[in-house]
Amino acid sequence: MSTYADRLRGNIRVFNEFVAGPGLWVLITLLFTYAALFETQLFVIGLIVGSVLALGSIGLTLIYGVMRFGNFAHGDLMMMGAYVTFFLLNGTILGQRRDANIGVGLNDLPAGTERLGDLTFGYSFLIGVALSAVVLAIVCLGLDRLVYRPLRQRGSSIVTFAIASLGIAFSVRALLLIIWGPDPRTYVSGIHKAQHYPFDVVLKTDQVFIMVVAVVMTALVYLLLFRTKLGKAMRAYSDNPDLALVSGINTDRVIFWTWVIGGSLMAIAGSLLALQANLKPELGFQLLLPLFAGAILGGLGKPQGALIGALVVGVAQEVSVAYISAGYKPAVSFMILILILLIRPRGLFGDAN
Amino acid sequence: MTDARPAPVLEVLDIVAGYGEVDILHGVSITVQAGEMVAIIGPNGAGKSTLLRTIFGLLDARGGQVSLKGEDITNRPPDDLVLRGLSYVPQVDNVFPSLTILENLEMGAFVRKDGLAERLERVFSLFPDLTDRRGEKAGKLSGGQRQMLALGRALMLDPDILLLDEPSASLSPKMVELIFDRINLINSEGTGILLVEQNAHEALSASNRGYVLAMGENRLEGEAKSLLDNEEVGKLYLGT
Repeated sequence: MSTYADRLRGNIRVFNEFVAGPGLWVLITLLFTYAALFETQLFVIGLIVGSVLALGSIGLTLIYGVMRFGNFAHGDLMMMGAYVTFFLLNGTILGQRRDANIGVGLNDLPAGTERLGDLTFGYSFLIGVALSAVVLAIVCLGLDRLVYRPLRQRGSSIVTFAIASLGIAFSVRALLLIIWGPDPRTYVSGIHKAQHYPFDVVLKTDQVFIMVVAVVMTALVYLLLFRTKLGKAMRAYSDNPDLALVSGINTDRVIFWTWVIGGSLMAIAGSLLALQANLKPELGFQLLLPLFAGAILGGLGKPQGALIGALVVGVAQEVSVAYISAGYKPAVSFMILILILLIRPRGLFGDAN
Repeated sequence: MTDARPAPVLEVLDIVAGYGEVDILHGVSITVQAGEMVAIIGPNGAGKSTLLRTIFGLLDARGGQVSLKGEDITNRPPDDLVLRGLSYVPQVDNVFPSLTILENLEMGAFVRKDGLAERLERVFSLFPDLTDRRGEKAGKLSGGQRQMLALGRALMLDPDILLLDEPSASLSPKMVELIFDRINLINSEGTGILLVEQNAHEALSASNRGYVLAMGENRLEGEAKSLLDNEEVGKLYLGT
């Protein structure tokens, strides 16, 4: 005999499955079509912002997907990646009265800063990002060994993990402030000319580069998770860490690669963000809201979801500027987050569960 | 008269284990010969599941010894034991729900790089129901199908000994019959089986030998048939 609660639960499930899911897609299509037609330039900027967010959301969704906790340090670690790239390029840190400099940086490499095509950066930037990825991977592994592993061994709840990551976020931000100071930093100086595209769209080539990287990263992470043995082991660990151990999967290795790949994504995301905007230590924390909104909208653990979710958040934020003050952009992310959690918590691509 | 039997494949001696401050097992000993099926029965809380978990390295043994094929494996981690020929099927949460049937089985064979196709072949022939559904997510399977998948996953490495924790739990009578039929088939192909069961009658009917555990200690042991006929066992555990 089904109780009222059972029937309500059943109704909610039907709603979720058949109404909320397709409804969400319809809403997104409407948003994109409207924006593309009537606010084309803002739409394009939204796609760019969304692409930068996507790189962050993909890392976030990967770490949540495997280790089952929301990494609140993600934004600030992205910033660390950006600052490490900055340092590797120029060798600059904060000095007593003006910047100190170690005297050498990647930009000193022969023709390192020579712009590649229409981009603002040369190959030195690419090397910088690659090295920064290595640094971030090591940092993440260190944090796992120092903070997360003891919590895992104690069987701590996911809330404890989240709070711990919050603590790491504050520490990282303070560290960046100490080493590089509060003033904004840029990678490159000088004017970057924008290119003109059809439909009155104006884009800098850097921005096209960012969008391409976002799509490529999504594809790579998807292929990793669904076509490789390691990826399947990661998903198995995510489903049931004990059973993964029982099946003979080396769970330490799964965790290792999750942080290495996650850390690299943080460095890439942060560095490309800094290419677009000035670098400030407080940016990291501000990013958390849109990053989580995008990852949750797309469905936690699903890289293709992170891409689409982040693009939606980006477009929604930028297009909103045409109607309400730009100061409300975080409110837009927040609204999206609340909406998803209310009507379809698993997001666009998430599993029912 | 000396025991003419060969050395047991799995030998558990005086195991002491527990959770936190409390010991659940107070010195339990069992053996499993090659190709044997041994049942462990007893009341709830006797420590049957705890015993399996301790053997498989999921719980630390605080005393005693476990050896497999003559080698000491006490407190070795699961991913090591899996390589040595031991496999374990937990009672609940024994499949990966978001992975497909095929992916679940692949995870079973994770540590080995070769022979995947043959092993899959063998599991699918044992459980034809799973073959047609190999692309489906495990979370969508019925209880009986899930149990079969759990067994299949554990078989993927051709273990010498399979540890089964209450394989018939929460299954319909028809499914229970099917599961035990499959377990018997697996045993007849040479895999030793150590099974823990609430359903003492089914377990003893299928097995060669049995142990009765109560309050973390050995109470009775012997040929399964004689345990079935035993009045004391009958009264306490078989409901006769």
